[in-house]
Amino acid sequence: MSGALLPWLGELLVTVLLLAGSFFIVVGSWGLLRLPTFMQRLHGPTKATTLGVGGILIASMLFFLFTEGRLSVHELLITLFLFLTAPVSAYMLAKAHLHRARLDEEVPPTGRPVGWATFDPAASDPDPDRSLRPDRAP
Amino acid sequence: MIEFAVAVGFAAVGLGTIFCLIRLALGPDAVDRALALDTLVVNAVALIMLLGIAQATAIHFEAALLIAMLGFVGTVAFCKFMLRGDVIE
Repeated sequence: MSGALLPWLGELLVTVLLLAGSFFIVVGSWGLLRLPTFMQRLHGPTKATTLGVGGILIASMLFFLFTEGRLSVHELLITLFLFLTAPVSAYMLAKAHLHRARLDEEVPPTGRPVGWATFDPAASDPDPDRSLRPDRAP
Repeated sequence: MIEFAVAVGFAAVGLGTIFCLIRLALGPDAVDRALALDTLVVNAVALIMLLGIAQATAIHFEAALLIAMLGFVGTVAFCKFMLRGDVIE
């Protein structure tokens, strides 16, 4: 660690970003541990941990910018990937939770024979009796 | 100053990992365990980035990126299995 090479302001900036990122990571995991229901538990990791990892990645970017004088793009790649995938995995987890919990009294009926979280091929089929494609008739 | 912040970061991410492990052990449903594993992966990425800052090397970024990608694919595969009973139909 070459702290002497860092300008004072850069060192302060990296330190503040590292501390903020660590704080958000602890808050996210603590929320995952102590919140009562699954839908509430989903908030902690998907928001706070993404902020926390984003802070640590920006701190790492600034650290290598100040120590070695080069702008590294790897961190931006990881940040971009995490920001793209965190909503998708949260959505999938919420769907799996709705599918498994079967909250029939808490969500309105779907009006279809299947529940909220499963794909119904019959509802979205434009050609249910295979009149357009007789070769694929059931 | 940065040494102090990195030490605090290691402690904080370790604490978060312990919280995730407790939720992984408690988790009333399999979805909770999948969420705990997803959070564990994100904590592992943060831990690897902190290690890269502490050692002032840039060789850990590929490992962090790979772990992030594998964690996302794993979470989606878990959810797909819970939703459909199969991963690839």
